[in-house]
Amino acid sequence: MTATPTLALEVLRAPRVHRANAALGVSLVVVAAMTLAAVFASWIAPYDPDALDLGAVYASPSPAHWLGTDSLGRDLLSRMIYGARTALLGPLIVVVSSTIIGILLGLLAGWRGGWIDATLGRIFDVIFAFPALLIAIMAVALFGKGLVAPVIAMSIAYAPFVARLTRSLVTSERSRPYVSAYRVQGFSGGWIATRRVLPNVTPIVGAQSTLNFGYVLAELAALSFLGLGVQAPTADWGAMINEAQAGLLGGHFLPAIVPAVAVVIVVVAVNVIGEELSDRIGGGIPA
Amino acid sequence: MTAARRVAGKLGALLLTLFLASLLVFFSRFLVPGDPVSFLLRGRKPTPEAVAQVTAQYGLDLPPWQQYLQWLAGVLQGDFGRSLQYRQDVTTVIGERLPVTLGLVVMAGAMIAIVGLTAGIIAALNRGRVLDRSVLVFLTMLGAIPSFVGSIVLIAVFAVQLGWFPSFGSGEGFLDTVYHLVLPSIALAVVFVVLVGKVTRSSMVDQLGREHVEVATSRGLKRATVVRRHVLRNSIGPILTVSGLLVAGLLVASSIVEAAFGLAGIGSLLVQSVDRLDFPVVQAIVLFVVFAFVVVNAIIDILEPWIDPRSAAGAGAR
Repeated sequence: MTATPTLALEVLRAPRVHRANAALGVSLVVVAAMTLAAVFASWIAPYDPDALDLGAVYASPSPAHWLGTDSLGRDLLSRMIYGARTALLGPLIVVVSSTIIGILLGLLAGWRGGWIDATLGRIFDVIFAFPALLIAIMAVALFGKGLVAPVIAMSIAYAPFVARLTRSLVTSERSRPYVSAYRVQGFSGGWIATRRVLPNVTPIVGAQSTLNFGYVLAELAALSFLGLGVQAPTADWGAMINEAQAGLLGGHFLPAIVPAVAVVIVVVAVNVIGEELSDRIGGGIPA
Repeated sequence: MTAARRVAGKLGALLLTLFLASLLVFFSRFLVPGDPVSFLLRGRKPTPEAVAQVTAQYGLDLPPWQQYLQWLAGVLQGDFGRSLQYRQDVTTVIGERLPVTLGLVVMAGAMIAIVGLTAGIIAALNRGRVLDRSVLVFLTMLGAIPSFVGSIVLIAVFAVQLGWFPSFGSGEGFLDTVYHLVLPSIALAVVFVVLVGKVTRSSMVDQLGREHVEVATSRGLKRATVVRRHVLRNSIGPILTVSGLLVAGLLVASSIVEAAFGLAGIGSLLVQSVDRLDFPVVQAIVLFVVFAFVVVNAIIDILEPWIDPRSAAGAGAR
């Protein structure tokens, strides 16, 4: 069974022509640019993101400040570039850890079935009743403001979605001939599950998980907007909108609108990529 | 399975979920390391009276399971203890702010229903055409606008720039309140329209391809009649299910919108209570949101066979 390597190749080659190729190209550029901005922020950013310039408060866009400055005269572009760090890192950790937790629990539930499956299903049902943002707010109430507690809490909140998908894939995989072939040859159930079934379901689940990235990004930004996530002087898109609210009422739109629009653009780009990925990888494997 | 047994089974599942959720909400506090009194009184002076009050309120001198039972007994009678910041009963504090949130959620819900259904119906009736694709793109775009972005843009354009709507507060009296809630409810509704729109479309497209619709059309019924009586009626099940799932999202997202528009609802109360370390209020609101979500979905689940008799007969009988 070498389904995984061939599958990976298929994705790389991607011979199918997709209608949304232009959108996909733009989305990839957006995400790549944002990643570069986040990684190389200290080289790219024209100013120190926290440097105050009270002589240039609410400056309009100009060659000196491409996006203008905020209420304290800080360069908006530099703050946007630095803000890309928390904007990317938080969702990345949540998506990766919820995918790992979800795949392991889903594999356990789908492979073992019985009471383990029933118990896990019940627990998932309860977690589904708590929206991710609510769990994140609850985590802040317990452990204090910042990004650490919400990121851990949201990893748990998103895991059941991953687990449910994994479970259904594993259940259908379990009845396929290759599994019984291994059993007949005397391989143990645990070996088949982890060495053969797991690699077969992981790409599909992983592709689906990328679709969570945009939601998590928006939710963590919302949390910082509420003043419960990343705290004020730090350059973070959500926190920047929060700080810019007062200026908004005074007609100073850019400091609030720029990060808000950035969130939307990135969410759309990430969703386009996620849908493309799950389309291609989901289509590569017979259900 | 008879209807009575089915309803009893659903109610049992509902109670079990609520019970487990209450365990989660109550025992979450035990995850915080250290002394519960100092956790509950963070940021406040631990005067002997204050210590005595939270000890009594949470039964901190009792073993954990008795603390839970004492808390649960209170909750079942509508007693969530006292708020630390307002020095009032939590129930009173929440009760004062609930109407604004409910108004917001109802208005947003109405907008989601109207825009989502209209868009879905238009797309389904023009499936495969340019109009269909434009509607889908429109819906997807709306779905990428989180409520805090919606709030910011609406305030900038319609409150500050054009001055058509207020940007702060919930107003006095019915009409003024509705007027004050227009922008907030749009901001709240925007991101959820896509769900209702897409489900309406796919559910209707599924029905449009079925034989009973063909038969109805070949009998010479008017197009509008066919769509209304044969397509829409049969598509209502999935639409209702999705609408139920929106309840929790709307209630939680209302905290963002209420914060942005300075509305005194339970959403902004939740944020403010987290900020001011008022744990009893946080606990009560979280439990309320979960309760509302679980109960609304159970009601939809239980009512479904009456709305859509096919689901009672099983999935095979279509």
